[in-house]
Amino acid sequence: MRYSGLRVIKEALTGHRGWGPAWRDADPKPDYDYVIIGGGGHGLATAYYLAKKYGKSRIAVLEKGWIGGGNVGRNTTIIRSNYLLDGNEPFYELSLQLWENLEQELNYNAMVSQRGILNLFHTDAQRDAFIRRGNAMMLNGADADLMSTERILEKYPFLNVHNARFPIKGGLAQHRGGTVRHDAVAWGYARGADQHGVDIIQNCEVTGFRIEHGKVLGVETSRGYIGAKKVASCVAGSSSRVMEKAGMRLPIESHVLQAFVSEGLKPVLPGVITFGAGHFYCSQSDKGGLVFGGDLDGYNSYAQRGNLPVVEDVCEGGMAIFPMLGRVRLLRMWGGIMDMSMDGSPIIDQTHIEGLYFNGGWCYGGFKATPASGLVYAHLLATDTPHPTATAYRFDRFERGLMIDEKGMGNQPNLH
Amino acid sequence: MIIHHPILGPRDSAEFTYLGDANLIHRPDWQAEDALAQFTDYGYQRKNPAGVHRELWFHEQGDRSWLVVTRNTVTHEITKVELARDVARAEGRDT
Amino acid sequence: MTQVNRLSGGLIDRNAPLSFRFDGKTYQGHKGDTLASALLANGVRLMGRSFKYHRPRGVMTAGSEEPNALVELRSGAAQEPNTRATTAELFDGLEANSQNRWPSLAWDALAINDTFSNFLTAGFYYKTFMWPRAFWEKLYEPIIRKAAGLGSISFEPDPDQYDKGFRHCDLLIIGAGPTGLAAALTAGRAGLDVILADEDFALGGRLNAEQFDVGDQSGAHWAANTVAELASLPNVRVMARTSILGAFDHGIYGAVERVSDHLARPEAGKPRQILWRIYTKRALLCAGAMERPIGFENNDRPGIMLASAMRAYANRWAATPAQEIAVFTNNDDGHRTAADLAAKGVTVAAVIDTRENAPKTGSYEVLAGAEITGTQGRLGLRSVDVKMANGQTRRIACGALGVSGGWNPNVHLTCHQRGKPEWREDIAGFVPGAVLPQGMSVAGAAQGIFPTAACMMSGAEAATDICADLGAPTPAIDLPSTEDAPVNITPFWHVQGAKRAWLDQQNDVTAKDVKLAHQENFVSVEHLKRYTTLGMATDQGKTSNIPGLAIMAELSGKQIPQVGTTIFRPPYTPTAIGALAGRSRDEDFRPTRKTPSHVWAEEQGAQFVEVGMWLRAQYFPRPGETHWRQSVDREVLQTRNSVGICDVTTLGKIDVQGADAAAFLNKIYANGFAKLPVGKVRYGLMLREDGIAMDDGTAARFAEDHFVVTTTTANAVPVYRHMEFVRQCLFPNMDVQLISTTEAWAQFSVAGPNARKLLQKVVDAEHDISNEAFPYMACGQITVANGLRARLFRISFSGELAYEIAVPTRYGDAMIRKLVEAGKEFDAVVYGTEALGVMRIEKGHAAGNELNGTTTALNLGMGRMVSKKKDSIGSTLSERDGLNTEDALKLVGFKPVDTEHPVPAGAHLMTKGDPVNAAHDQGYITSACYSPNLGCHIGIGYLKSGDTRLGEVVRLVSPLTGLDHDVEVVSAHFVDPEGERLRA
Repeated sequence: MRYSGLRVIKEALTGHRGWGPAWRDADPKPDYDYVIIGGGGHGLATAYYLAKKYGKSRIAVLEKGWIGGGNVGRNTTIIRSNYLLDGNEPFYELSLQLWENLEQELNYNAMVSQRGILNLFHTDAQRDAFIRRGNAMMLNGADADLMSTERILEKYPFLNVHNARFPIKGGLAQHRGGTVRHDAVAWGYARGADQHGVDIIQNCEVTGFRIEHGKVLGVETSRGYIGAKKVASCVAGSSSRVMEKAGMRLPIESHVLQAFVSEGLKPVLPGVITFGAGHFYCSQSDKGGLVFGGDLDGYNSYAQRGNLPVVEDVCEGGMAIFPMLGRVRLLRMWGGIMDMSMDGSPIIDQTHIEGLYFNGGWCYGGFKATPASGLVYAHLLATDTPHPTATAYRFDRFERGLMIDEKGMGNQPNLH
Repeated sequence: MIIHHPILGPRDSAEFTYLGDANLIHRPDWQAEDALAQFTDYGYQRKNPAGVHRELWFHEQGDRSWLVVTRNTVTHEITKVELARDVARAEGRDT
Repeated sequence: MTQVNRLSGGLIDRNAPLSFRFDGKTYQGHKGDTLASALLANGVRLMGRSFKYHRPRGVMTAGSEEPNALVELRSGAAQEPNTRATTAELFDGLEANSQNRWPSLAWDALAINDTFSNFLTAGFYYKTFMWPRAFWEKLYEPIIRKAAGLGSISFEPDPDQYDKGFRHCDLLIIGAGPTGLAAALTAGRAGLDVILADEDFALGGRLNAEQFDVGDQSGAHWAANTVAELASLPNVRVMARTSILGAFDHGIYGAVERVSDHLARPEAGKPRQILWRIYTKRALLCAGAMERPIGFENNDRPGIMLASAMRAYANRWAATPAQEIAVFTNNDDGHRTAADLAAKGVTVAAVIDTRENAPKTGSYEVLAGAEITGTQGRLGLRSVDVKMANGQTRRIACGALGVSGGWNPNVHLTCHQRGKPEWREDIAGFVPGAVLPQGMSVAGAAQGIFPTAACMMSGAEAATDICADLGAPTPAIDLPSTEDAPVNITPFWHVQGAKRAWLDQQNDVTAKDVKLAHQENFVSVEHLKRYTTLGMATDQGKTSNIPGLAIMAELSGKQIPQVGTTIFRPPYTPTAIGALAGRSRDEDFRPTRKTPSHVWAEEQGAQFVEVGMWLRAQYFPRPGETHWRQSVDREVLQTRNSVGICDVTTLGKIDVQGADAAAFLNKIYANGFAKLPVGKVRYGLMLREDGIAMDDGTAARFAEDHFVVTTTTANAVPVYRHMEFVRQCLFPNMDVQLISTTEAWAQFSVAGPNARKLLQKVVDAEHDISNEAFPYMACGQITVANGLRARLFRISFSGELAYEIAVPTRYGDAMIRKLVEAGKEFDAVVYGTEALGVMRIEKGHAAGNELNGTTTALNLGMGRMVSKKKDSIGSTLSERDGLNTEDALKLVGFKPVDTEHPVPAGAHLMTKGDPVNAAHDQGYITSACYSPNLGCHIGIGYLKSGDTRLGEVVRLVSPLTGLDHDVEVVSAHFVDPEGERLRA
């Protein structure tokens, strides 16, 4: 069923009887050509592109809970392609371009809103680094804009410039960046994949792999054994737990990242803004809540909740640049499991086990990558060659010394 | 979180800086035949369990001890705290 | 206007009348009122508008879970959006305005949304607004954003202060209702260190809202007397107006105490609110229960509220929403509301009870087995339509309706560590699950125990158990007799067939929306929530979740517990961001570290710059200098021509002592230190274990077993941490000790051809610092100013003949003055960080911009420094192929071909003739400056195979700043490449 304004009107006039399920709840079949583990944004996008763009069929997405329940359902909704390194920037720029056409592609309004993202800087050294990054973005075909404090204040006149501990010296903006209604991304891809015949199987947890002679044959699940020619893991924060069942250790640690939303407010922030002298970034949802976040709690965790010190740190950062937020109330905070890789960049690669593929290590940047991650993973699954924008995301880059370390923090995941 | 420092008693975890897997104590031998492979494994591969995890914390705003904390990554329950130096000696770091 | 709906009795202070304004109109209330109770007393039922359809709304609850009566409280910079009228304590002069309406509360233009509600069903926006593409940002979204949101902010900095503090206790009791008070008495008398916290300003919970007695006194009196006794106990701390916002790991609770919100403005020196982190051995949750509504057609009109709230308004606040009321209930508790209001002289039009066997509780009519099928009254309830047990319909006139669908135990805090509540059939509600936050127990209504006497018993017993656990003697429990009615409820969630039956009143989610979600496969409870926004209001679904779940259960043929619950998350009630930030805002956002010469530099009119936490002098403008470059050029030239002084205290300093000190440094640094003689300094490059350059600095050997290591300013803390890791974890048997002495020594650089002459005037004469006795890279412990101990290092960052001299920090101010005085005859200059930067770039020294966490010794041109003859941190992994490619980046210098052109840091480099794009990127400029010595801009940076390309002209591009011109690749050592000056 195609969605449209006309259809909404027609249904409204006829009691909304015509709306069908956005996607089918499928039961598992005995075997598939492709089994994708993880019904999050990336897994569903992978299934969608595998079916739609690469023309594959007999595809299943296995989700241990409800689709979109992982990081795509608990992030701060930001999209951008403001990366420094050539291993990353073309990939994220591809993703941003896919976002720009997502709604028309999926016939689903995920509210992709290119309201711009602005990174503030507060020292000369930060400015130098941002100029280098802005240039790298433009040399890769993305947009970037170095903004003076005066120009920034035109858009954000309420920034603290009078008595700031770390005065704002300017900012690097990407006007094509912005936000997306995150849950809708999962639902839109699910609906699209379903329409192309993908089986989306909820409440189906993978409990093991069947591997013989170095080749994967299928997966054991809470709903029985499912055979597969190719198995693709796409489970973000649970990567180590799942791949451990195939006997693999990963260059990944799982960490908790908290995020926050305020009570609804009449329009406050026009775009996404990040503080450069503390851990704080913020945007405002269409519903009116300020959506904000900061640093990792910093310790390995699968608990999906954090602790007070980081809550305070984030709110301190908020008050540092927006002292008008003091009387705004924090409504809800939550924590997600971040698959923090050793260099802060993802891995999309074949494993040493034939037919077993891996996509993970997204750190806290996975949401913006969703469309491209799906596309390049589908490309890898369909062709067994990496997509041209994702050639650097290999497992062996650590032993070869080809890290993609945007922040320059080395092999310490909680600092990326 | 509260970390029961073996010398100083209960301290808020905010006083500490986290490093990670306590296996980082076991730095490989630089002269081993496969030193590069061993160091790669040491530096990059992690068990990352959902459950009991032995990990290194530094009492940065305290007595500057490195500690090995045994903590459950699902419940955050801490069951053991040791001085990393004692652990390193006990586990055979001999220099 | 008179208080037309003010009743007799209540806990308000009738001798303390207060005046307040709502939407510009002046009203009277009393001390003890909330804004909501005072408005009701004044006959005001309409207090807000809903989020989506802008439906007129009145107050629904009498507590912090209020979804409807949200107002903008106070004015000007102190304006607080979304303040619950139900918790806003009345004070004289209070000013509040309704929100999310235009032009007025009674006449709201966007109420038109309600007319079109059939088009604006759950998730309609996912299906439209997609064409044309560009219209989303330009047209649809701006309209949606403007219409959405609740209250507005002032955009002014918050004028109030917030504080933070720590508290510790044996037992934190959360909630001071009958359960919490009984628990506190028990634990308090037993001598436990107790904190009793309650969000209300009057402690007692439901005891203040009910008519029944406790022992021989009213519930409110018993509560007040009990609180008085508790307050008299030295081991009990009673905290009113304090919300426990979250249960965190290991028994740590966050709490916000509203110190001043009940005042027109905070008293002088007092904060508005305080964030407490309460460290507990045990916690007892006595948070009570919350009544839930029933879904029926148009159940959201002003005047329709929870029956318990109506009763609380009448009993505690002596206010009624109307003179004629009705009650709709599925349990006995609803009847209590009717009885209490009737006793206060309010007309009870009817009690509509869904149960066939409804009790007869008073002189008013009870309609058993009846349901409400509709309501009338746009801005305030006029009447309700009742479908009688016999099928007939009756319209009953009433100005208010109390609704009771049963009670939900308040399990919020039990879920903060992902505990899952469990369903209990007998009370038709969720109770806390078996897995609770560490150290927490639950008692009373929060545990599903509803009769007051049983609640008290439960609280006392739980406290007794905790006393026993903690080893305190447990006294006998002596509890007064009180209300002990059994729970009598027949679950009834919504009237069948009702479509516009509101579940989430704030977000306008109706039964119809749940049905649509089910139809579209958004069946999982989380999908239901996210698709319809059910439970995403500012009450986190406290008033809406269970009825919504019940309907979904019905539609999908499941039981409620099978559908599940969403997870309550902190904070328990919305919490001011200002409270969570405390005093860390504005200039106090982070501590400021000042250098020992700071006062002197201020006297000189220095410009300061933030360097991490430090404030450093950036440059020292002189009269007549109108541009910073003039000052910096002067400082550089004067230093290179004569002598300059700079405070370099911020560099990290680490004392390394012990028999194995040299062996230890051999591990830390890539280059060797074992053979460094005593009295000498060596440059050291430190790698991370992954082979990337971490930091650089110097190590000075003062004795066989004593080194002083310096680090860069930025890395002082991480380098120290790293060294302790290596010492304690990797080489635990080395005889070596470390201590950071960054704060212990004030250190000054004295650089330039006259540096020695200047220092000879300062250093005590017995110390020979001639070039022969104290050559380049010498170090020594000396004295200055007749015997003050000092350290002298002959090291140079500027490339000049230079020294660094350190004295104990308390002499830093005296030292800068002495150096300046001694320098007068040489026309010495004091220079700041800018000139420091210029001189190090002119000399080609790497700093933070070059050591950016991705560069190796090879990139820095120091590949040969990494000793292959020894084991050091990072040496093995630095050998990986990818870090040693043929065309690896090398640090080189750049000069513009046209000397008018700049060489900005951050620009990228392209081979001449190549296309300008990322694929042909050859490198980037890391640091740049104007060199007054060369008379043009210069830069250093990384270029592929740079060391073999000296003399080549490459293309510098910076599309971001609009630059594109040629630069020549040169040696990074622009000044004195042979190093003759520093050895002079």
